Amino acid sequence: MAVTRDFSHYVKDLGSGLAHLDLAVEGVSCAGCMMKIERGLSAIPNVTLARVNLTDRRLAVEWKKGTIDPAQFVDRLAALGYKAYPFEPIRAEVVEVEQSRFLLRCLGVAAFATMNVMMLSVPVWSGNVTDMIPEQRDFFHWLSALIALPAAAYAGQPFFRSAFGALRARSVNMDVPISIGVVLALGMSIVETIHHAEHAYFDAAIMLLTFLLVGRYLDQNMRRRTRAVAGNLAALKAETATKFISSTEISEVPVAAIVPGDIVLLRPGERCAIDGKVIDGRSEIDQSLITGETRHVAAEAGTAVYAGTMNISGTLRVRVGAAAEGTLLAEISRLLENALQARSRYVQLADRASRLYAPVVHATALLTMLGWVALGANWHDAIVIAIAVLIITCPCALGLAIPTVQTIVAGTLFRAGVLLNSGDAVERVADVDTVVFDKTGTLTLPELDVVNTAAIPADVLQLAGRLALASHHPVAAAVARASKAMSPLEGIVEEPGQGVRGLVDGVELRLGRPSFCNADRMANEILSTDPEISVVAFSRGPERYVFAVRQQLRPDAAATIRGLIERGIMVEILSGDRELAVRHAATALGVVGWRAGLAPADKISHIEDLKRRGRTVMMVGDGLNDAPALAAASASMSPVSATHLSQAAADMIFLGRDLAPVLSAIVFSRKALQLMRENLALAIGYNVLAVPIAIAGYATPLVAAAAMSGSSILVMLNSLRARRVAPEVT
Amino acid sequence: MEVLAYLVPLALALGIIGLLGFLWSLRSGQYDDLDGAGWRAIADDDPPSPPA
Repeated sequence: MAVTRDFSHYVKDLGSGLAHLDLAVEGVSCAGCMMKIERGLSAIPNVTLARVNLTDRRLAVEWKKGTIDPAQFVDRLAALGYKAYPFEPIRAEVVEVEQSRFLLRCLGVAAFATMNVMMLSVPVWSGNVTDMIPEQRDFFHWLSALIALPAAAYAGQPFFRSAFGALRARSVNMDVPISIGVVLALGMSIVETIHHAEHAYFDAAIMLLTFLLVGRYLDQNMRRRTRAVAGNLAALKAETATKFISSTEISEVPVAAIVPGDIVLLRPGERCAIDGKVIDGRSEIDQSLITGETRHVAAEAGTAVYAGTMNISGTLRVRVGAAAEGTLLAEISRLLENALQARSRYVQLADRASRLYAPVVHATALLTMLGWVALGANWHDAIVIAIAVLIITCPCALGLAIPTVQTIVAGTLFRAGVLLNSGDAVERVADVDTVVFDKTGTLTLPELDVVNTAAIPADVLQLAGRLALASHHPVAAAVARASKAMSPLEGIVEEPGQGVRGLVDGVELRLGRPSFCNADRMANEILSTDPEISVVAFSRGPERYVFAVRQQLRPDAAATIRGLIERGIMVEILSGDRELAVRHAATALGVVGWRAGLAPADKISHIEDLKRRGRTVMMVGDGLNDAPALAAASASMSPVSATHLSQAAADMIFLGRDLAPVLSAIVFSRKALQLMRENLALAIGYNVLAVPIAIAGYATPLVAAAAMSGSSILVMLNSLRARRVAPEVT
Repeated sequence: MEVLAYLVPLALALGIIGLLGFLWSLRSGQYDDLDGAGWRAIADDDPPSPPA
């Protein structure tokens, strides 16, 4: 059965005879790669465009429709040394990109208006002490109004909308004082200009918007980049399934193109990408990603299989079911939903600050006005001074204090192998004092490893590895990886359920079950030492060798856990696996608190219990069974190998074989939270200095402009310190 | 002060040209790949030719 690859799901028809395909490309890291790929693909006849986006690690290809099979691009990229996967932007990402462009457009308008208004304001400020006549000053004020009013109406939209939304929901956010300040400042300036007054605040209002938009754009851009990386990861996972397009023909199609009722083929060593029921075939299934249980489950006609499980020994035909058909899955979805609803909405630092800030500022302005009236000033002057107070206190630096730190920390975390899933994750992770780990796939590596390579001669390992390349069995794959063999042997026969065998130089080689290689006694010796080990035997003529294979702890797991404990963080293990296996891991890592054989609901109740005792819990897990617990914890992380559901529930995702990113995430987040608090303090301190000047009635437009830009620059400079996070975490 | 009669409109016009230029560059996707753009500027721009 030849397999065809079907990319038609991803190909977009651009009209005018052109087709378009987006690919996520692995390993593009420099300008050289970019040029190599673009030249390599442009050389294919009928390709009209091949453009790499180095920021997002993506490639856009366009070609004359019907002339090229899109699979050819993937082959060409493979020949150039890059793995590429067709890619479909998820909706959330499209929205983020749209929003990010809108903010940049607003920022452009506000920045150009600020520059031009400033050009008019500077002569007025200096003219006040020289020879500018009132008519000229009015003329400049009117010109400023002409520029600032339309610009503010356009560029202020993000703030006005958000403030309106908050007020309608009967709450206050940072945008409420901003919007009130800007609208009042502009309104008052118009009235003052009509009355030929000396001061107008068009410059301050539009400059305020510009600074705030910088903060908003940085914040948005960080989220957009995270989404782009997450989208690439989803594409790199290459979620495809082998679908029967007729009773004998199969085709490899993206999972998105599979509908309930389709029949898919699941070969040994393949990870199942869909939920469904087995209709034909016998095999063993590794459900560890779903339940945490490392023992394999027997599968035959009628057995339910879930996305994320690994088929081990036999070929299965599976009828795709509707998403929540399986009882296990339905149970987990229900728990997840409950946990998400119960998750108390974390109030972000910025919102907490603004809830305090807005009433104080507005009360100060009101009191200033009343105070001046009480002291005998007329209403007009009192109102002008009160509005000047509002302008001075507008949370310009506050609006920058948190986004700038978040942007820089997101970059630092990314270099440490951590992706942010939600904007407030940094703040929540910083508060964590208890970390709860899942075992299988989180503390251990997701794939199997040969543990006794030292006991086996190098040439035997090499030969066994080359033989293993012929099999898809995960245990064989572990042997192949351990030997680093690249060239498969020829003339190998696979005995279903037994192993592989072949003749090399007249000697028979066998790799498979111990009974298949006649090595039962050696195998039992190894099996009796460790309950979690699986074995695979290898025979060369009369020689017998047994490989011990198991899921190993991540290489730096013990060091990372020691690092966590040193920083005063309590560490626990909650696993769905057998007690023996969990005890073994906990002892090796020096973890005192552990529980085994837990169902998803037990994990949640244990986390709830910890929370009741006043702990702030971070859950680190990968399995489907961890997803509800990830959502129930105050903060959560998943390895990149985790199931979709878990990744969606986690706040951060970490890449690679190491566990160290968990420690880095906590250390960096704590540092970031400290910087955010410093920034807030700086911004408030600045206001405390400037507000008395405004209350006293000395806040001329020049003072307002200087105070605002001064505090904003100070806050940005302080944020840059986030780049220099302690290099101790490696 | 008659100089204002043409200096002010000129300043405004320059500002608007700058803004339009920015909006154009934004719309044509020049801010989509900030990492790659820097490298493209220094790349040799010989025409793409099929490798031998």
